[in-house]
Amino acid sequence: MQRAYMDHAAATPVRPEVLEAMLPFFVERFGNPSAVYDLGSEIKAVMEEQRGQVARLIGARSDEIIFTSSGAEANNLAIKGLALATFLKRGKHLIVSAIEHHSVLNSARFLEKFFDFEVTFLPVDRYGRVDPERLKQALTPATVMVSIGHGSNEIGTVQAIPDLVAVCRAAGVPFHTDAVATVGQAPVDVNELGVDLLTISGPALGAPKGIGALYFRNKLRLVPQLNGGIQENGRRGGTENIPGIVGLGRAAELAWQELDEKAVYLAKLRDLLIAGVRKNMPEVLFTGHPEKRLPGHASFCFEGIEGEALIFLLSSQGIYANTGSACASKALKTSPVLGAIGVKPEVAQGSLVFTLSRANREEEVHHVLKHLPPAVEKLRSFSPVWRKKMAAGAGA
Amino acid sequence: MIYLDYNATTPVAPEVFGAMQPFLSGEFGNPSCDYPLGLKARDAVQQARREVAALLDCEPEAIVFTSGATEANNTVLKGVAQHHGRGHIITCATEHPAVLAPCRYLQSQGFSLTILPVDGAGRVDPDEVRRALTPDTILISFMHANNETGALAPLREIGALARGAGVAFHTDAAQSVGKIPVDVDELWVDFLTVAGHKFYAPKGVGALYVRGGAAFTPLFHGAAQEGGRRAGTENVPYVVALGAACRLARERAPGAAAHLQGLRDRLHELLLAEVPGLILNGPEAERLPNTLNVSFPGISGGELMAGLPELAASLGSACHAGQEAVSPVLAAMGVPLGLARGAVRFSVGYPTTVAEVDQAGARLRERLHTLRRDER
Repeated sequence: MQRAYMDHAAATPVRPEVLEAMLPFFVERFGNPSAVYDLGSEIKAVMEEQRGQVARLIGARSDEIIFTSSGAEANNLAIKGLALATFLKRGKHLIVSAIEHHSVLNSARFLEKFFDFEVTFLPVDRYGRVDPERLKQALTPATVMVSIGHGSNEIGTVQAIPDLVAVCRAAGVPFHTDAVATVGQAPVDVNELGVDLLTISGPALGAPKGIGALYFRNKLRLVPQLNGGIQENGRRGGTENIPGIVGLGRAAELAWQELDEKAVYLAKLRDLLIAGVRKNMPEVLFTGHPEKRLPGHASFCFEGIEGEALIFLLSSQGIYANTGSACASKALKTSPVLGAIGVKPEVAQGSLVFTLSRANREEEVHHVLKHLPPAVEKLRSFSPVWRKKMAAGAGA
Repeated sequence: MIYLDYNATTPVAPEVFGAMQPFLSGEFGNPSCDYPLGLKARDAVQQARREVAALLDCEPEAIVFTSGATEANNTVLKGVAQHHGRGHIITCATEHPAVLAPCRYLQSQGFSLTILPVDGAGRVDPDEVRRALTPDTILISFMHANNETGALAPLREIGALARGAGVAFHTDAAQSVGKIPVDVDELWVDFLTVAGHKFYAPKGVGALYVRGGAAFTPLFHGAAQEGGRRAGTENVPYVVALGAACRLARERAPGAAAHLQGLRDRLHELLLAEVPGLILNGPEAERLPNTLNVSFPGISGGELMAGLPELAASLGSACHAGQEAVSPVLAAMGVPLGLARGAVRFSVGYPTTVAEVDQAGARLRERLHTLRRDER
């Protein structure tokens, strides 16, 4: 059966080249990098090489990269680490956007609950973009930092980070961006963006689960979350996940070599998919920004149906997609991100998100375009709400 | 290379690697996804949870997967402290930095801290714990087995005290799990830390046992993975590996301790034959079966091992920026400076062979001869 796996934001296979690079570090080259003998010190050198690869991918210096166990950990470290290190000097006000990932939102809520921070959840426009003017108005003398994600894995919108950073720079407020959705998909350079902290997730690059990284501009002070040994210059204790770090390093190296070409390829597939859906399915809401979006991201809402049912039906045709953010898919009926861009709940529950990778082919897009319309039609035929709406429409 | 540093880290066992490998390639699903690929990953995580629980003799729901022991320790210490908001914590001078550092951080945040001393063999006296308890005490944390000396703590006695006082009790069992039987009910613990890479799972995975009802605030905030106790997409391959390592430990358990102890004692005898004045750091009996920490009187451990690059073991002191720093564990035991400088920790593992031990003994003997000759 023709398959079309298009849920790469939820899970991406480890790239074969990445796996190959990792394999020696499980069984043979297993030394602890803190050890003084060769088996250990060699590993330390390997680890530093990988740090350099990650740094190069985003235009950073290698001493500005902290390896973490996930993007979620990196987001927690960026927000709690910086806020708790600097609130005495700056104050207890934090700004995040309303459409951030759970790890950003809940880190902010933690600071609100346990440390009496005041958190501003900035609204977004109907495309999911934060207006720099609104950000400017939200800044106060007590603002300790701002965290706004680079790209949204739910609606595909990419923020105008340099414009948002400019506002913060003028006020001397540090800026963090969760770039899990963009690093490895599109060119990302910390200096072009101007950000002070940036979150990377391994799986998004074709590295395994369980590895991520945080970029932090060198002068910043962070309160560690993992106190312990002096690994990562004391910023994150714990024996390093060497195979994971090697995987991330290799994935970063490959991404750096392929990036421009990859973004063009993904955008071509994406545009084919979006254009096809729009052409064949008039009753569809396309979500997110039409141009300023992730190259491999297409997201829609189909009124009158349940996204879960659609996912299930599509999976029987070998098509794998998501209703939104994988992490949130079970927790909530409708997505707060869709709510924030003004999608009505009855429309938002029919959400469908495709996230592509370079492994996807044009035939797979055609496979989706062939099976999506009948699947939606079938579910709508069972939907009393939809039938009523159609009847009303016909009567009008 | 003769590797006698299994307390530092272990290679991934072939069986563990075999169990993990499919999840590094074809089975790459996210456990939060409801289609078959995701469900398979979810099942694999649950199966691994059952394996860890079986080794520790607890309910699978009591297991929270983490990125390692340091994360598990930080989760308990900061999480219990955060939950209470204020209070007093009791720990011990020979704890791993992954316990002492978060304790000191909490102290800087206004929590009070008692760091109990140990005797010359690295043992803590439960009576000291009793005396240290106050109405404000919220948490007691003692390691099960010391990483440097292998000294085992009387957890059961301390656990009974803690339970009597209604205080949460945590043990960092990073060194004991996989080497000796560890049963959470026998040890009377509320929280227990597991480190994957100390028993043939990869670096970057661990687990925290949480007794039902034991309250803590999570360390990583985000989506609701691990029952809301630890946010972040599950590291499925490593979690599967940890489960496989626990299964392996259970299968090996009947003979493992005796096997390790046989190898360790053989090395000890070989060294004693060469250096009659050799001093054992740590208790003779109440000790991990694989750990041998000895001081070579009048010799620097660093110098000894520097001449043996083919032999991997740990030293009782480390050189940081040209300054010789003695191990805080040995210092807390009152080991004199000269002897601490001469300390070397040998730790054997399941793959260690008699031939390797004999070879290590012979190389050490040659090296000792060379050093003595140079002295003259």
